[in-house]
Amino acid sequence: MIEAAIFYIFGTVLVGGAIGVIASRNPVHSAMFLVLCFFTSAFLWILLEAEFLAIVLVLVYVGAVMVLFLFVVMMLDVGPERLRGGFTQYAPLGLGMVALVVGMLGLVLWTRPGELSVLAAPPRAPADASNTEALGAVLYTEYVYAFELAALLLLVAIVAAIVLTMRKRPGLKVQDVSAQHAVRREDRVRLVRMKPEREE
Amino acid sequence: MIGVSHYLTLSAVLFTLAIAGVFINRRNLILLLMCLELMLLAVNFNFIILSRFLDDIAGQVFVFFILTVAAAEAAIGLAILVVLFRSRRSVQVDELDSMKG
Repeated sequence: MIEAAIFYIFGTVLVGGAIGVIASRNPVHSAMFLVLCFFTSAFLWILLEAEFLAIVLVLVYVGAVMVLFLFVVMMLDVGPERLRGGFTQYAPLGLGMVALVVGMLGLVLWTRPGELSVLAAPPRAPADASNTEALGAVLYTEYVYAFELAALLLLVAIVAAIVLTMRKRPGLKVQDVSAQHAVRREDRVRLVRMKPEREE
Repeated sequence: MIGVSHYLTLSAVLFTLAIAGVFINRRNLILLLMCLELMLLAVNFNFIILSRFLDDIAGQVFVFFILTVAAAEAAIGLAILVVLFRSRRSVQVDELDSMKG
């Protein structure tokens, strides 16, 4: 009963947030609606006993990816008035695609209800069960190569993002470390023999 | 009683809304990327739901990797967007037609 209440409340908020993402005029509002979507999804994931991934969703998505989105939205300074138009132009195509997808998904989900109801929910895990432990037990053994591949992928993403956005500006005063290290004593220090100015 | 089809319907609605967003917001590249994130969220939702109802942790491992790839995709996508804005002063989709014959 309480599960149904949580599901319907957060499901409604989630769908409302998704509508807000695609329909609000200001990209900043869209980003904030997307944050709302991620938060409610995290609640629903906890309901589905995926606690670790729910926390990761909030930390990684809301904490990093959405902040990046907001940075870019505010940095690019795209006014909301330039963003619209074309709404009605593409609406028939959009509606057609949506009807197609709804038809296909509905065909799978709802025309053969007997086959899905075979999947009755397994009993709830006990209160001291650790989702993180269970995930780690397979992640570092069975999926360890995929895990290392993901690490490599993140490294490539970091390098790519830096290389793409870095620009060389002329007239910038920067240190040349190799030139500093290649310097020799003769280049910098000159010993001068001077005559004393006054006889002692 | 909330069954598997309730959850799957919710994620299907989410995915459909994201597709509608891609088609409606064809002007702004940032909104397209946000709709992409929404789509990935719906897909992750499906994995989590079936991981719970089939009692198999492999679905959650998949979601873990999808989150990683999505973070990398968002970072590189936004970097490309910044470079594009720097050279074109615009992120409008319909102004990006220099490759059109």
